[in-house]
Amino acid sequence: MSVDEPNLIEVDGQAVNLRNRPLAALLAWLVPGAGHIYQGRTTKGCLFFVCILSAWILGFALGGGHVVYASWQPGDKRWHYLLQAGVGVVALPAMVQGNRMRNATDPMTGRTSAAYDPWWGGFMAPPFRPVLESEADEVSAWYARRGAGYEMGTWYTVIAGLLNILVIYDAYGGPLAVPISGRKKQETDADEGQLDSPKS
Amino acid sequence: MLSIAPSYLLYYVPLIIAISLVFGGTRHEDTSMVLRHAWQTGRWITGFMAIIFTVLCALDWLV
Repeated sequence: MSVDEPNLIEVDGQAVNLRNRPLAALLAWLVPGAGHIYQGRTTKGCLFFVCILSAWILGFALGGGHVVYASWQPGDKRWHYLLQAGVGVVALPAMVQGNRMRNATDPMTGRTSAAYDPWWGGFMAPPFRPVLESEADEVSAWYARRGAGYEMGTWYTVIAGLLNILVIYDAYGGPLAVPISGRKKQETDADEGQLDSPKS
Repeated sequence: MLSIAPSYLLYYVPLIIAISLVFGGTRHEDTSMVLRHAWQTGRWITGFMAIIFTVLCALDWLV
């Protein structure tokens, strides 16, 4: 392994081989931490896997299993899913369910066919159409059942997806730079350490 | 004063742990530095939220 190798970086005094960066980034998106494990950064990979998937699963449970679904219909533009999908393969069933729902909904009336039966017991399936803010529908029922848990579950899963974007970047390019304020503090700590050392 | 039960504030705990550890992990390779950065991040965010919380409580009391 040559020092000039473009995928070899040094961070915190440790040499890190980022290997195939695009592949690592793809793996990091698919399963949080998988890109790091592929690069041999096992501790960080396990840390990301546990932290991100715990937050995501906890949010999913808090929201009664209905906080992650893909929908871009009038009255129900679920933009949260764009961020939730950052967590990778665990959010992909929502795409399948969303596509099935779209095919089962009449574009003229905006009403879901009575014959529609979502797969997997409705796991990550969008609500039945139409969804109207002013009327009782399936989304209002989910809110009513879970209370604040529905909102919290949505935010937990959104934040998990956003955190995985940082992890994908870390797998692709290595650790982000420490902010200037943090660097100054570290330098101050190091200076104090040097001043203290002759005394001890 | 609070419009929600204080137990709802517990939702904050797992979230701040996950955020702090991922923040630390994406800035260092050395595990001890990751943990130290995570601790500082958690402390900073908690302090910031506490200040906002205090300001909002004060405003609520004044108005």
